[in-house]
Amino acid sequence: MKVFLMFPDRDLTLPKDPPPQAEALVQDLALEVLFAAMAQGDRFLLNVAQGVVLSSQADVAVLRYRQEILQDCLDNPTVLRELYSIPIQALENKQKHWLGVFGRQPSGILDSSIRLLDMYVVLLRQLRRIADTYAERFQSAGFRRFFAMIQKELDDACFEEMTGHLKTLKFRNGVPIRVWLGRGNEGRDYMLCKPTQSNWEWVERALGKRSPVYSFTIPTRDDHGFRAMREIRDRGVNLVANAVAQAADHVESFLNILRLELAFYLGCLNLSERLAALQQPICLPELSEAGTRQRHGEGLYDACLALTTRAAVVGNALQADGKDLVLITGANQGGKSTFLRSVGLAQVMAQCGMFVPARRYATSVCSGIFTHYRREEDTTMRSGKFDEELSRMSQIVDWLHPNGLVLFNESFAATNEREGSEIGRQIIQALLDRHIEVFFVTHQYELASGFWRRGWPNVLFLRAERQEDGSRTFLLQEGEPLPTSFGEDMYARVFAADQSALSEER
Amino acid sequence: MANFQSILFDDEIAPAQSVGQPAFFGDLNLDQVVDAITAPKQDYELKPFFYQLPQRLETIFYRHEVMRDLDNEAMMTAIHDFAEQMVIARRYLRLVEKLYDPHHKRGWFLEAALVYCQAVLTLQQRLDAVSFTARGWQAFIEYLREYVASIQFQTLLNEARSVRQSLDEVSYCLTLHNNGTVRVRRHEDESDYSVDVTQTFARFQQGAVKDYRLNLQYSGMNHIEAQILELVVRLFPHPFAELERFCQQHPDFMDERIETFDREVQFYVAYLQFIADMRQKGLPFCYPEMTQQRGDSFVEQGFDLALAYQLLYRSTPTVCNDFFLQGDERVLVVTGPNQGGKTTFARMFGQVHYLARLGCLLPGRRARLFFFDQLFTHFEREEDMRNLRGKLHDDLLRIHEILTQATPNSLIILNEIFASTTLKDALFLSQEIMRRVSELDLQGVWVTFMDELATYNEKTVSMLSTVDADNPAERTFRILRRPADGLAYALSLAEKHRLTYQQIQERIQP
Repeated sequence: MKVFLMFPDRDLTLPKDPPPQAEALVQDLALEVLFAAMAQGDRFLLNVAQGVVLSSQADVAVLRYRQEILQDCLDNPTVLRELYSIPIQALENKQKHWLGVFGRQPSGILDSSIRLLDMYVVLLRQLRRIADTYAERFQSAGFRRFFAMIQKELDDACFEEMTGHLKTLKFRNGVPIRVWLGRGNEGRDYMLCKPTQSNWEWVERALGKRSPVYSFTIPTRDDHGFRAMREIRDRGVNLVANAVAQAADHVESFLNILRLELAFYLGCLNLSERLAALQQPICLPELSEAGTRQRHGEGLYDACLALTTRAAVVGNALQADGKDLVLITGANQGGKSTFLRSVGLAQVMAQCGMFVPARRYATSVCSGIFTHYRREEDTTMRSGKFDEELSRMSQIVDWLHPNGLVLFNESFAATNEREGSEIGRQIIQALLDRHIEVFFVTHQYELASGFWRRGWPNVLFLRAERQEDGSRTFLLQEGEPLPTSFGEDMYARVFAADQSALSEER
Repeated sequence: MANFQSILFDDEIAPAQSVGQPAFFGDLNLDQVVDAITAPKQDYELKPFFYQLPQRLETIFYRHEVMRDLDNEAMMTAIHDFAEQMVIARRYLRLVEKLYDPHHKRGWFLEAALVYCQAVLTLQQRLDAVSFTARGWQAFIEYLREYVASIQFQTLLNEARSVRQSLDEVSYCLTLHNNGTVRVRRHEDESDYSVDVTQTFARFQQGAVKDYRLNLQYSGMNHIEAQILELVVRLFPHPFAELERFCQQHPDFMDERIETFDREVQFYVAYLQFIADMRQKGLPFCYPEMTQQRGDSFVEQGFDLALAYQLLYRSTPTVCNDFFLQGDERVLVVTGPNQGGKTTFARMFGQVHYLARLGCLLPGRRARLFFFDQLFTHFEREEDMRNLRGKLHDDLLRIHEILTQATPNSLIILNEIFASTTLKDALFLSQEIMRRVSELDLQGVWVTFMDELATYNEKTVSMLSTVDADNPAERTFRILRRPADGLAYALSLAEKHRLTYQQIQERIQP
């Protein structure tokens, strides 16, 4: 019995450690906000959201498999939550009743495992009922397989067999054990026989119908004797105790995997509900294979910004099909960083099978998503800061493969513009030649204009716009890099307040 | 019967009384060596073999031959396997002593006999495939063949196997009831219920889970099992009757000479195993020539076995040294800086002689060594320096005792004696002792800081612990034949006060 709701052919396992670039990714794309919206305060959901979102998949088939399942979940939110409650009940029952596998002796292991399984059987029956009731409503290959498997594996005969064994294993009529004579005339190879259902067999034997039976009874007060008998019993039930305890473990692990895999979809459902409340659109992105250089959409917005400000935010259109490099220049606080984040976020979400924050979006998958942001909070000296930037870059290069995606935000600017531009140019050039996709936000005119002058078709130039009156639209347009970053504007605006205050005083 | 007595002694009668550890063992660190050799073989009580020197020169060659033939993987494995089986057989017999239930006792007695028979048979098969040059091995295999072919052994073997087979066929079914009732009957081809249960739950298989099977160590028999066994005996009377008859007919089934061999051969096995890793590391070992002539011995690349063992798993190399005594030469006088390997050299001298005398491979490339009668050592020990006057007195008493017992065929090893008295006294006393050593014509080593002893007379040979010419603070641990240069004493004094270049560097932090 396999859950297989995250991969068509294997279980989901959360990586022990996040991928190396995860820390920067979380920081630069404000992913904590995304995780919190998915988790809604549930630590387990948070953990799964982090684990799944950060381990990007490049296998388009897997991503489409998840997209279909996600669509089913978005269409049947109550069934999803009912399904999710089954493993949760198992967990709570176990914790509430201390139904662990206790004891260090086989008899103890056997008894506690039987009680655990009794409890699991009830929940498995519920699971079967959900499958019987709702299977028809689900369209995705993943859920269809899942429900069909439940109906086949957990058929009536199976429940009958399981409850039969669980009853028999309580040994109402004694524990029958076959023993061989071993070295030193000690018993060996203790083997549990199938217990009989009645006591009459012994009477038959006693009447001489079958081979002779000898017996003795341990006196009630002989504690040593009872302990000795328990030891023998333990040898007899050692294997079956293992089988039952492992069965309980397997069921538990099945339910745990179910919980784990459903947790991701539940997180997606939570997020979709939050974004719906903000009237922000979502869509399942159209995916294409790595290297096909597809990336276009409408209404692409930074969901984390929307969730943080609790307000609808401006979306951008993007048409970067066939582009290897997107250079973004323009006005300060003109929406460059927000735009860069929305591209990164869409990519990260698309590559775990989620919907993306856009009205419409299509993208090719990439082999890895990396961010290289100038760290504003860094207070080290200028040279130290540049050194730090380069060392982070060097790490990224260690992890990069062709068709990776790197988002740069004001990188390599912690030095003079000529040096910074030259280094930036060399790095970008090298990455492009290794078939890496690059998004680069910069106010370094030399860097941007250098690429503009080459006039390559695989480079897209975007500019943060400002209106004639100097106010910003937060929309990006295609356009040639301009030599200033409109810092004057900001200066003017900031100092304008002073000016007016000053004039008022006067 | 073949003429085989012992793998350790040919014609020589093995000493009945085991002797204690020789007095010089501590000084030469041979105690550490023998501890390390015998540690993995506690049960055999091998130490007396290492304490007792054979009386005859011929016995040394007898042992060399035995060790040579044993010194290969096939033989070592054969003996190892045999020994392991014998250990098990003896453990079972000890167990029988402790047991109470008669069927249980007899069961283990039978096991002991079976293991013993198999040990003997396997050993014979393995040794039959080898051709020996050693007289010891030739005699032993001849004895072993005769023993295995004997009616006594064949009867033991056949009866043990037949009883075992009848018992193997016994199988019964128990039913344990919670009220304390235990029922026993013959089995009726019941099947394993845990297989059914496993099958039913197999559908939930999710990959690796914990293994709950317990390794239930149920050797022994509690009183309920004993009661059950009584009922099993009633269900299957014949095999148990056979077993009882077997035990009555073979009370002491182990052959005495086989048992003695089993213990004695471990002398060689333990030693070869002990040196195996050192040989692997490239340290040389050799069988020495033996000489009964004074002034006719040498060792090439000898080393201190105890030190080499300590350094085995470290990168520090073991330093080898040579020495020889020829013509009138009797005493190697070793001077030079402290920590330069002088004491190690003295120990090496003692060890190679002792191991040669014992009939072992010794730590060195090539050697001819003297067949001494007694070995005496006297090493200065720092911890004894509380009462200097009393100490000097004790030193003199001890040396007097040595010189009284020593014969011209004895060896003497002195290390820094009289170091605690004034130089003048020390020189006077040392020269007096040297005169007596010389008169007795004793051979040996004398480690001292007094250069004067190195040139005492034609019987003394000066050897010097040396330093690296480029870096005087670097020790080479090489001891070379070279005249004493006087520098050693000054250096050793400086060293004593921790005032050498390197020490001052270390003491004063920059």
